[in-house]
Amino acid sequence: MDFEIPTELRYAESHEWADERTDAVRVGVSDFAQDELGDIVFVELPAEGAELGAGEEFGVLESIKAVSDIYAPVAGTVVAANEAVVDSPELVNEDPYGDGWLIEVEPAGDLEHLLDASAYEETI
Amino acid sequence: MTSHKPPLYRTHRSAGADFTDFGGWEMPASFDSIRTEHGAVRDAVGRFDISHMSEVVVRGPDAAALTNRLTTNDVRELEPGDAQYSCILNDEGVILDDIVVYRYPERDGYLFVPNAGHGEQMATRWEERASTLEFDATVEDRTEETGMLAVQGPDAVEAVESVTADSVADLSQFTARRTEIDGVSCLVARTGYTGEDGYEIVFPAADSETVWAAFDGIQPCGLGARDTLRLEAGLLLSGQDFDPDSEPRTPLEAGLGFVVDFEKPSFVGKAALRELEETGVDEQIVGLRIEDRAIARHGYAITDGDDEVGHVTSGTMSPTFDVPLALGYVDTEYAADGTELGVEVRNQTVDATVVDQRFLNTLEADT
Repeated sequence: MDFEIPTELRYAESHEWADERTDAVRVGVSDFAQDELGDIVFVELPAEGAELGAGEEFGVLESIKAVSDIYAPVAGTVVAANEAVVDSPELVNEDPYGDGWLIEVEPAGDLEHLLDASAYEETI
Repeated sequence: MTSHKPPLYRTHRSAGADFTDFGGWEMPASFDSIRTEHGAVRDAVGRFDISHMSEVVVRGPDAAALTNRLTTNDVRELEPGDAQYSCILNDEGVILDDIVVYRYPERDGYLFVPNAGHGEQMATRWEERASTLEFDATVEDRTEETGMLAVQGPDAVEAVESVTADSVADLSQFTARRTEIDGVSCLVARTGYTGEDGYEIVFPAADSETVWAAFDGIQPCGLGARDTLRLEAGLLLSGQDFDPDSEPRTPLEAGLGFVVDFEKPSFVGKAALRELEETGVDEQIVGLRIEDRAIARHGYAITDGDDEVGHVTSGTMSPTFDVPLALGYVDTEYAADGTELGVEVRNQTVDATVVDQRFLNTLEADT
C-alpha cells in the first residue's frame, strides 16, 4: 500500500503532521494513520485557547474499528479547531492533508524535533 | 492456535484486502471502507468469503438422534433440504456455540456449521457422545476441505440465480438445494448473517477460486462489514456476545429461547434450562441506542446512576442509522424498552436507551 506523504510537511512518530507554512501551525493526521483507523465516525478537538505541550494528547479520533488519541506535534496555543471535521468526520479519511486538518496552533517552539517526509516514511 | 489462511488468501491480497485474525483464521477485515461494503449489502448486494466457518458432517442411522441430543432445536423437524438455527450447550445450559444445522437435500446425513475454530472441538463432542450412547453415526470435521461464501443483499437473488445451474429463487428461508456454479457442485442455502435476503454457499475448498470468481463484479466485503451488518440485525456473535469462558450465557439470557425446544425428549443442558425457565433469569441481553457521540465497545460498563447494572458485549457506529448501537447484558429490571441508562465510555458516562435489539426492523420504523 502506498501512502501519500507530502514532502513540505513535518511528521511526528505518532502519525500527526504539522505545516508551518502558515502563521499558525496547522496540524492533522497522516494518510497512513487515517488508513489504519478506517472509517472515522467521531472527532473530538480542543477549544480555541487551549494550551498544549509538545506530545500532549489533544483530542480523539474514533473509527468503527478503534479509538485513537491524537498528540500535539508542537507546543503552543490552539487558535483554531476545524469544525468541519467534527460535523463530517469522514473528511479525515477523504482528505487528511486538506479539508481533514484538525487544529491550528500558535507555536511556542520550532518544528526541528519532527521528522521530514523521508524519515517518517521509514517509520511506517 | 495456528493461523489458517483461507484458500482465497492470495486472491484477496491482490484485491487489496486488509487482514485480521479471527478464530485462528487470517481473514479479510475489509476490501474498501466498511461503510462502502456495508452500504452495498443494504442497498444492492455484497459477497463474503466465510471459509473460516467450521463444517461438521454427521451420517449414519443415528445421525439425527445424536445431533438432537447435542443441540437445543428439534432436528427431527428437518425435511431433506431444510436448515435450522440452534445452540450447543453444556450440562449447565451455557452456550458453547451457535450453529446452523442443514439436512442434506440429496443424500442422507446432516451438515452443521459451528463458528471459526470450533469444528474440531464439536466433532469430538459428537464422537464422544455417539460412543457413550452406542449410536451408529460417523462424524467428520470437514472444515479444511470445505469452502463457504455468502452473497447477501436485496439483489442477492438475481446475482445467485444468474450463476447457478438450477433456479434457487424459489428457496424459502432456511432451505437449501444442491446445484452447480460453473461446474462446481454447491449446496446453496437461503441463510445469512446480515439481516438481508441472501444465500450461503458451501463447496469443495479446492474449487474456491471458481465459485468466488463467478461473483466477480459484486462488492467483496470483509469481517468489518459482516460485524456492523449482523449487529444492526441484532444477531449475536459467538465468542463475544456469549462464550463459555469469558461470557457464559444460557440461551434464555441471550434471547435465544426461540431455538430451545423443551418438547423434545432430551438434550444436553435441558434440565438446567428448565430450572432457569421456572426461576427466571437475572440478566438478559438488550439493544442499546447510544445518545451521545461515542461508540460503546465490548466490556464497557452499563450504569444506572452510580450503579453498574450490566456491560456491553458488542458495539459499533451503525452505518445505516448513523448512530452508535450496542448489545449488552443488564439486570432484568433494566431490560424494558425505553429504559434510560448510561454507558461508561473511557472517562465519561454517555446516555443510552434500551431498544429492541433487532435495530434494523425497529429503528427503520422510527424514521
